Amino acid sequence: MSTRREVLCLEDVWAGYGGGPVLEGINLSVKERDFVGVIGPNGGGKTTLLRVMLGLIQPTRGRVRVLGQSAAQARRFIGYVPQQVDFDRDFPVNVWDVALMGRLGQRGLLHRYTPQDRRAVTRALQQVEMLDLKDRPIGELSTGQRQRVYIARALATEPKILFLDEPTASVDAHITTSIYELLQKLNEHITILLVSHDMGVISSYVKTVGCLNRRLFYHESREITPEMLGEAYRCPIDLIAHGVPHRVFAQHHEEEVEV
Amino acid sequence: MITALQFDFMRHALVAGALVSIACGIIGVYVVVNRLVFISGGIAHAAYGGIGLGYFLGINPVWGAILFSLAAALGMGVVQRKTRQRADTIIGVMWAIGMAVGIVFVDLTRGYVVDLMSYLFGSILTVPRSDLIIMALLDVVIVALVVVFYKELLATSFDETFATVENVPVDTIYIILLCMVALTVVMLMRIVGLIMVIALLTMPAAISEQFTSNLKKMMFLSIVLGIVFTTVGLWLSYALNLTSGATIILVSGGAFLLALLYRNVAGRRA
Repeated sequence: MSTRREVLCLEDVWAGYGGGPVLEGINLSVKERDFVGVIGPNGGGKTTLLRVMLGLIQPTRGRVRVLGQSAAQARRFIGYVPQQVDFDRDFPVNVWDVALMGRLGQRGLLHRYTPQDRRAVTRALQQVEMLDLKDRPIGELSTGQRQRVYIARALATEPKILFLDEPTASVDAHITTSIYELLQKLNEHITILLVSHDMGVISSYVKTVGCLNRRLFYHESREITPEMLGEAYRCPIDLIAHGVPHRVFAQHHEEEVEV
Repeated sequence: MITALQFDFMRHALVAGALVSIACGIIGVYVVVNRLVFISGGIAHAAYGGIGLGYFLGINPVWGAILFSLAAALGMGVVQRKTRQRADTIIGVMWAIGMAVGIVFVDLTRGYVVDLMSYLFGSILTVPRSDLIIMALLDVVIVALVVVFYKELLATSFDETFATVENVPVDTIYIILLCMVALTVVMLMRIVGLIMVIALLTMPAAISEQFTSNLKKMMFLSIVLGIVFTTVGLWLSYALNLTSGATIILVSGGAFLLALLYRNVAGRRA
């Protein structure tokens, strides 16, 4: 186990959008074939954390190394599954063409897609069991099917690491389970880091869990301790999660929850 | 209509309608799926500054319009991308300034400017041969750019964040798209006038969107619809002695409403 390479490393990373920091002093180390789940409240900086690790925003302080490179250089090795927001149902594109977008990083400007690209996309769609629907317009899919297509698009990049942002938001419980089972299978070869506000499901599939609310509480363990949640959410929490007993915090801290 | 075809201006008008429909069909689809209608309107009106400049300098106003619309596309594109707030306000201001510049240039031009109205309301019947050549050239440029950057345009339109992660130069692609909008707007201005440009840019694409969910098919269908609308509009305006630009717009608008109606009826039955 100790021979596993470190693939992701954040040292004292601060980041924000001009209105004060959204991330404060983040330290994180992820090794090959880790499956890390980061939970936290809305506005806690989960998406920002992913954006920093993808090099989409520059940290104001600290250092980000991905596969020994800067985040922007390394992002061609990362498969990204963004959060599904503002989805345009009428957008005229089918499943195949969406998954093919995962090959853009390999085929730069002025290059056409090759048979190799089509093989990678076929494989990716097979992995998520969506190859049969490859000609279906993306707007006609259910939310869960669409999520699978986005995962296929990320897999088509042939990534070393997979980042997922709220992969099961607005998805039914049984679909959620099937998506996590898929991720668990993919994790045999690929390092996965996902962020979600849904701590219930997360902790039963991931290998390690962290809590993020501007600061990251991460101890490379699978347990979500009440202390981590208390620190992250700063308010009493009614907690039903695998590995953690149902518990209501008696004491109410004065700090407000960020929305 | 057949007798009308013996006139040069009528043949020119039909060719102009077809040439414009090509650019309009392709770019209109991007305008609709990317929701660029407002910024396209801004580019169209700012182009008026170039018309005025053209008259002032005594050159073909189309060249002035191309210059101004490209500048407006660049300026508005940068504002849209780089300012977090009030981008629409700034674009609205640029829109008005462009028009005002045009009006002042016309004031400064000696003599009476005859066909200024034709740029406001269109005048497909007075398109000279030289403008047809410019239109054909612009079509070639637009088609070439779309073919070359097709996969990047699709990815940027569909999911910009993902495209960025895949190292697509999304800012450059966006600016290229706006420049193509600018060129299309200049062509359309001749046909329906800059005030109604937006209508002809969006309606064929919006209609075809209801019947296909494939970007390329949507483009082909939009081109065909554009040719039908300009030809039918032209014929009606000739037969009934109406303003050609407005007639073309009304024909398109009628078709758009019919398509909406059909979609609703068909949708309820399904």
